[in-house]
Amino acid sequence: MQFFTSFYLKFVDIFITRGMYKMVLSGLKNTAVITLGALAIGVAIGMVIAIVKYFADDSKALKPLAWLCDVYTTVVRGIPMVVLLMIFYYIILVSAEGITVGIIAFGINSGAYMAELIRSGINAVDRGQMEAGRSLGMSKLQTMRKIILPQAVRYILPAIGNEMIALVKETSVAGYVAVAEVTRSIFLIRNNTYESVVTLTLLAAIYLVIVIILTRLLKLLERRLSNNAKRRKS
Amino acid sequence: MLNVVNLEKHFGGENVLNGISTEINKGDVVCVIGPSGSGKSTFLRCLNMLEKPTGGKIIFEGDDLTDKHIDLNAHRQKMGMVFQQFNLFPHMTILENLTTAPMLLKKRSKQQAQEKALELLGRVGLADRANDYPAQLSGGQQQRVAIVRALCMEPDVMLFDEPTSALDPEMVGEVLDVMKELAKEGMTMVVVTHEMGFAREVANRILFLADGVIAEEGTPDEVFDHPQSERLQSFLAKVL
Repeated sequence: MQFFTSFYLKFVDIFITRGMYKMVLSGLKNTAVITLGALAIGVAIGMVIAIVKYFADDSKALKPLAWLCDVYTTVVRGIPMVVLLMIFYYIILVSAEGITVGIIAFGINSGAYMAELIRSGINAVDRGQMEAGRSLGMSKLQTMRKIILPQAVRYILPAIGNEMIALVKETSVAGYVAVAEVTRSIFLIRNNTYESVVTLTLLAAIYLVIVIILTRLLKLLERRLSNNAKRRKS
Repeated sequence: MLNVVNLEKHFGGENVLNGISTEINKGDVVCVIGPSGSGKSTFLRCLNMLEKPTGGKIIFEGDDLTDKHIDLNAHRQKMGMVFQQFNLFPHMTILENLTTAPMLLKKRSKQQAQEKALELLGRVGLADRANDYPAQLSGGQQQRVAIVRALCMEPDVMLFDEPTSALDPEMVGEVLDVMKELAKEGMTMVVVTHEMGFAREVANRILFLADGVIAEEGTPDEVFDHPQSERLQSFLAKVL
């Protein structure tokens, strides 16, 4: 009991009385900004790669581009996120702010994984759909946009949700490039107060809650997608 | 209208089509028959370049479709195709299935496209299903919609790739009836089929494919009643 009372008192003292909740909130904001920004970049890159690789199967002109995509995927997947982040911060984007570097580096990292997710979503759509679109005179790109992608979304969205959950947790290393996202904020508070138990417990709880909320939303989304599909069958 | 010159198709080391030449004229109803593996479907799919020929030419309305620089999409708009597996777009209503391509490619207004679609849908007896999704329809109904989808583009020729092979037997008739109607209206049709009754009744010419060549061809009378080659005789003995 004593432990909880003391935990509670310290918690109130650090975060409320001394006002450090503001640092946590601004850290959370940065975590959200990096995650959402990186997600947007990742989806965009992933979409382009997936489509290039889909079309490269029977287009010689796209082969070099597809090869470049493979190089990108291989390189990015082979380098730990922290290393990638530091390369961007210290070598490639020297004059950029930490948070910008974070968004770009995480976006480029996640693009490599998104590409595979989106590609397998596209491949899950029956081949006859592309043929039907082409036989009507639609171009490959038109068929992709009107016929294939709307069907692939059903497979892709849940996978993107999973990727987002992984991404939120991964952004905790953004502190390496001086971005005060939530982990970094809590570390600063800990250094300031010498209080590990309260601060780190809170940090773990914050991620846990975020992940639980995202997982719930994802379940909801999946249910809606499958309900839509069912309605068409009833 | 459609001139096939020495068409060849090889998959890897396998020769599927070994030099097919034939001419399809306006108003022709050509049925392509033959044992499985004879290259019938490949032949049909080469006509609108869904399958890229490895040799020969497809001349459609004066243009060589195998020419690299040709606008294939523009030509495909004039060649309707009906697939064995229907291939309707499952995420769209029937009406959307029918209007998407005309609106996108022929720049029809939504209203024009829907009027045309509903009129054609009415003619195959499915006007009341316009707002349903494909999965809510039976196989026969789906295939009739697929025919209408192709017709909505106002094609000059219709290609049918075993349109009744994936159907339950009791639904074959309704699809063949639509096709007969279409033939009666003068539509140019190339039909790969196992329905010998249909071929005999509707076709004005039969191509018998075997081993990637036209082993025999002629009017239904000639092919069904007076087969010349041993190959065709033994095929007919099995299917009739």
